Amino acid sequence: MATLAIRDLHVSVDDVEILKGVDLTVASGQTHAIMGPNGSGKSTLAYSIAGHPKYTVTRGEVLLDGEDVLSMSVDERARAGLFLAMQYPVEVAGVSVSNFLRTAATAVRGEAPKLRTWMKEVKAAMADLEMDPAFAERNVNEGFSGGEKKRHEILQLALLKPKIAILDETDSGLDVDALRVVSQGVNAVRASTDVGTLLITHYTRILRYVTPDFVHVFAGGRIVEEGGPELAERLESEGYARYAALAGSGPAA
Amino acid sequence: MAGQTHSHTDQTVTRRVYSRDPDAFGVPTGREEEWRFTPLDRLGGLTRPIQPDGKIVVDVQAPAEVSVRTVGTDDPAIGGVHTPSNQVSALALAGIHEAMVVSVPAEVAASGPTFLTMRGEGGSQYGHLLVEVGAGAAAVVVVDHVGTATLASNVEYRIGAGAALTVVSIQDWEPTAVHVESQTALVGRDARFKHVLVTLGGALVRISPTVRFAGPGGDADLLGLYFTDTGQHQEHRVFIDHNAPRCRSRVTYKGALQGEDAHAVWIGDVLIRPEGVDTDTYELNRNLLLTEGARADSVPNLEITTGEVLGAGHASATGRFDDLQLFYLMSRGIPETEARQMVVRAFFAEVIDKIGVPELVERLTTAVDDELAKVGR
Repeated sequence: MATLAIRDLHVSVDDVEILKGVDLTVASGQTHAIMGPNGSGKSTLAYSIAGHPKYTVTRGEVLLDGEDVLSMSVDERARAGLFLAMQYPVEVAGVSVSNFLRTAATAVRGEAPKLRTWMKEVKAAMADLEMDPAFAERNVNEGFSGGEKKRHEILQLALLKPKIAILDETDSGLDVDALRVVSQGVNAVRASTDVGTLLITHYTRILRYVTPDFVHVFAGGRIVEEGGPELAERLESEGYARYAALAGSGPAA
Repeated sequence: MAGQTHSHTDQTVTRRVYSRDPDAFGVPTGREEEWRFTPLDRLGGLTRPIQPDGKIVVDVQAPAEVSVRTVGTDDPAIGGVHTPSNQVSALALAGIHEAMVVSVPAEVAASGPTFLTMRGEGGSQYGHLLVEVGAGAAAVVVVDHVGTATLASNVEYRIGAGAALTVVSIQDWEPTAVHVESQTALVGRDARFKHVLVTLGGALVRISPTVRFAGPGGDADLLGLYFTDTGQHQEHRVFIDHNAPRCRSRVTYKGALQGEDAHAVWIGDVLIRPEGVDTDTYELNRNLLLTEGARADSVPNLEITTGEVLGAGHASATGRFDDLQLFYLMSRGIPETEARQMVVRAFFAEVIDKIGVPELVERLTTAVDDELAKVGR
């Protein structure tokens, strides 16, 4: 049982405050959806938890099972059990997917996985995501389509088995088929591990595949409303217009 | 080939003067195209005649069928391939008293690499090396520069028809060394020449490899790897002279730079002469800036004077080490040092994988890792 506790989190970028006091607790086995309009600070929350150097935490704390996440380096956070599936995964020229995955798994697990079982594991995870085995020989994110990048992120989720996963707009840029496959991939990880999931999205469509336990509406750098799956349905029909006033003092879209 | 006693100038934008006479060039001022990137005040006086007072100890490991000997400068083979195209090279050729010659007889495939380790023990010196590979022969020669010296030198490669020569020239000098070297290869008909230049050490290293063809069908593959640290000036000036039909050349130089005032220069001149029909050439230079304060100059220059080429192209790019790449790898649990290593190893893999001398692969991979470990220390 793991718990990620975010308390009164304030984050700035270039001295502009983006997050203005976020409180959120995600426990193992739970799925939380964070929904909000563009520019509301959703991605800032994701990157701040992962430790991206561009974001400065000015107040508050992030604890993983009581451990101070904010004092950890980026790699330490990952080894502690946090995972961020990025909206814009980065190209790493000359580094193959297979080398990358194995290096990451070795780092996160604390020892190199046995080659034979590892190969099987990767193969199975790729098959779940309907990925061609030849994919493993390509360079990380180089020349990947939008759908391939997202599948590759979820492949890492499946192999690294984090305690808490943050999926940042994993649904963006996906067509219906890719969305289904990626969602199945996420659900397979949820079913086979005790992962706590923080699903960040603008649209409700991924929530038809990945059912959240809790929905949080994000506007102006903080959570402005919370509820169950029914809140997502209301957002589906009403949109974010009613939160515009709350976002007034927030960052520009 | 250019005359040896009087100078002449190519009628091209890559204008070069060839002469054994230092006075044909004059003392460089730094305004010349040839010298404009080089900090002349850091050349250790090599732009003027020196009284050699240094010592370079050469350790030779060669298979029995490869002869390594020292000859006097009266040996007619000396200067037969290389005619200086700058003043330091001319001074060096005029100033030597002896030369080292590595010979592989015709039709002999050397059973293993020949290693020449040149250990500088301080002081100034001129040097000369000739590598002759007879027709149909095959050899690998590794020239390793270690220790420290202020050295101006010339290297000649004469590659017989149908022969194959791989040369690996490693500049692994201590941080005080100054090394200015011109190299010329004459690639025989249907011969193959692979030239690998590795520059890691030295205060100032400036190597100018030139390739010419003695007949049609020659193949030249030039690979370069450099790692330029704080305060180092590393300059590589490649010239491929496509003066014969149906020859192929590939130039692939990759450099990583780190630290204040690390400066790398790459010049890639390719000239396809009217007789160089059906030439196939491509040159590439990539620089990876690992830190602020480092500078890479990269100047490809392709001149085509025949309408019939198979292919001719070049590419040059200098990029910064990408913090986003680092973040991405680290966000998967990979420690920073290892993440940097992955990116830089991948960057150099294209060159290291092509060297084809197993004895060197591990050493160079380790050398790159060691260089990298200096970053931010």
